[in-house]
Amino acid sequence: MNVTPGSGAASICGRFGNDPSRLLDIVSEVQRESGCVDDPAMDAIARALGLARVHVAGVVSFYGFLSSRPNGTYVIRLCNDVIDEMKGSQEVAAGLECELGIRFGETTPDGRFSLQYTSCIGMSDQAPAALVNDVVLTRLRPGAAREMVRTLRGLERPADLRKVLTQSYGDGNNSHDLVRSMVDNNLRVRGKVIFSEMECGAALRRALTLSPTEVIREVKTARLRGRGGAGFPTGMKWEYTRAAPGSLRCLIANADEGEPGTFKDRVILTERPDLLFEGMTVAGYAIGADLGILYLRAEYAYLRAFLEHVLEGRRAAGLLGPNVLGKTGFHFDIRIQMGAGAYICGEETALINSCEGLRGDPRTRPPFPAQFGYLGRPTTVNNVETLCCAARILEMGSGWFSEIGTRASAGTKLLSVSGDCTRPGVFEIALGTSLRSVFACCGADDPIAVQVGGPSGRMVGPAEFDRAICFDDLATGGALMVFGRGRDVVRIVSRFMAFFIHESCGYCTPCRVGNVLLKERVDRILAGRGETSDLDYLKELAETVKIASRCGLGQTSPNPVLSTLATFRAEYERHLTRTGERAGAGFDLDAAIAESARLVRREPVRVDGD
Amino acid sequence: MSEAMTLSIDGREIPARHGQTVLEAADDAGIYIPRLCWMKGLRPAGSCRVCTVRINGRPQAACTFPAAPGMVVENDTAELAALRRALIDMLFVEGNHFCMFCEKSGACELQALAYRFGIAAPKYPYLFPKRTLDASHPDVLLDRNRCIVCGRCVRASQELDGKHVFDFAGRGRDKRIAVDSAAGLAGTAVTAQDRAMAACPTGSLLVKRVGFAVPIGGRPFDHRPIGSDVERSSGE
Repeated sequence: MNVTPGSGAASICGRFGNDPSRLLDIVSEVQRESGCVDDPAMDAIARALGLARVHVAGVVSFYGFLSSRPNGTYVIRLCNDVIDEMKGSQEVAAGLECELGIRFGETTPDGRFSLQYTSCIGMSDQAPAALVNDVVLTRLRPGAAREMVRTLRGLERPADLRKVLTQSYGDGNNSHDLVRSMVDNNLRVRGKVIFSEMECGAALRRALTLSPTEVIREVKTARLRGRGGAGFPTGMKWEYTRAAPGSLRCLIANADEGEPGTFKDRVILTERPDLLFEGMTVAGYAIGADLGILYLRAEYAYLRAFLEHVLEGRRAAGLLGPNVLGKTGFHFDIRIQMGAGAYICGEETALINSCEGLRGDPRTRPPFPAQFGYLGRPTTVNNVETLCCAARILEMGSGWFSEIGTRASAGTKLLSVSGDCTRPGVFEIALGTSLRSVFACCGADDPIAVQVGGPSGRMVGPAEFDRAICFDDLATGGALMVFGRGRDVVRIVSRFMAFFIHESCGYCTPCRVGNVLLKERVDRILAGRGETSDLDYLKELAETVKIASRCGLGQTSPNPVLSTLATFRAEYERHLTRTGERAGAGFDLDAAIAESARLVRREPVRVDGD
Repeated sequence: MSEAMTLSIDGREIPARHGQTVLEAADDAGIYIPRLCWMKGLRPAGSCRVCTVRINGRPQAACTFPAAPGMVVENDTAELAALRRALIDMLFVEGNHFCMFCEKSGACELQALAYRFGIAAPKYPYLFPKRTLDASHPDVLLDRNRCIVCGRCVRASQELDGKHVFDFAGRGRDKRIAVDSAAGLAGTAVTAQDRAMAACPTGSLLVKRVGFAVPIGGRPFDHRPIGSDVERSSGE
């Protein structure tokens, strides 16, 4: 306990050199030490960093994992994603509420436990999953969840949390001394690029024999395109950054893998961190950067110590630091920036703001990050998988890479497969592979629908199962959520919209308000009060949000509605009221007069047989 | 850096200078592009999206997009009018706006835009959010019910007043204006004379004890629709 309010916060600021651009690290550290960032702490931080207090409050209130009010010693964050719900998260939630005697969003009176819902934590292949502080729990069952609470009640020191909660370790590096997690890799198919054997340092050694321009040419010749979903040509991005005026440049690896149903980067970070760091160093050399940042989502904090350890090893081996591998003048090091629970920070300009200790609002473009990025430096932001591909291209040559996949879509793609299938997990497939053959690999017997690319992607029905995963057909960041018989498409859409409402930064009107309105109407239809005209209303509103939104989140958030209206219209029609053609059928008279009936303590008179 | 160029808006060639945004160039030419979060003298935010135009076919916010030679801009089209109407509707339903007894009526830019676009009632359902009011300060009042989170007060306080009274807190539908003190406005450096106070386009930030000093009927938008000042300044 602090004697002077905020004195702990001030010393934490000191540890970060009182640098306002490290505000996100500072508030996260304050919360780790004292449970929350309360008013005195905010005042102390603002004073130490020379910021307005309201600025600090604005940052703290933006991120899902930060709080200005005290949380319990143990914060249980249960994932409420669609897949987790399919696998029984609601039963787990009921079990936890019953055991603790509180509802979600509350803290026990003794201050020991908080229950919160959280968006996808990257464990859809082993759902339902939850975080207890930094510790990941997978394949939860109601009984086991209650047992877990009882165990925690008896725990003397919160520091023992990981040991107590993790009975057995997952495969591969999940059992590493610095990870010790029950998470499984579920790596089902290893392809040639990411999960084949690699020799540490080989790609970098080859890159350093070339000029930066030649490295960029190699990546362009390989036709590498971004693996995060947008598919922008990687070499071109590097070229723009290299060509931008400025002496200091920055390379950022985007490991804020927040798209529900996506977890491939988790497996790269666990099993191939050297490949990622090698790719970052190659990219740094190509664009002329001296600083690399790995932006790691808060949900993957359990991997942080391990990743820091790998970085240390690379520094010791001369693969990072001054004059990398003896290359005079090429200085490059990598720091890890932890996120704090915000999907929007996967958007590259929001991610840069977050790295600078700001709210994770996307920036106005132009200028683009390649011209004006992290702290004003020309900056490249690449997906984790993209950087791994780049390293392999330098190691094996562009010809080797471009022979994999198809003409327009070179290389492999990691898929994160979850939902109604017997073998969920990560699959490294050659680009151009059909959905149907993926279903055969993952044991999806008879899917009625598959969500390609997570909620921001599209829902595909059986008529399209022969389509191929590649840039000119089904382009995707790699999430495949499989839905089998009995799943309600409209309900899935409602859950997806809830996700976007929760994760919208709120900067622009259409995304902040439009997603709320979309969900309102989808839910009205789900409740059996929908009218035929509601389908046109939804389409028009969705188009408005798509066109008018400022960044990729809002421009894609209506996709669940638009893609299902196009392919699964019958699913909506099934829910429409029988009197759906009658105007005003969507009006719920009982709900409208409920409050007045309660106030006057009179039941409305009903006339049956209408 | 004020090299001349031309671009076209709805088929009309207009001059522009390098460094100008599309909205600024349009203003100079007497073409009104509707806007809410934009205010002369403040860094543009591009957050309300009411100024959305199509630039070479792509939707963009005119207030942040730099003018460039040969650019083809669509502004006064049926599609964009419908889009802007939808955005204005959204701003109405996400807050709690009571035009008929609001002190800002007739001088409110949100209300004026609704009139300009012929909106009698929003087409979206009201969300009736629970919002808070900060009356702690002796001279000024912050009513978040009428706030459209445009951020003009946030920018004006920093850029014009040299203070940092306001900023955003929360995210998504919970995004709101916060003030620089745990004690509310009373604990901040705000004064009734702050440019931030005058920057509010709605009745969210009000100076106390001057209500209805200008009577209804004598207010800026009582006689001319919003945007008339821009259109009047046209050289034609």
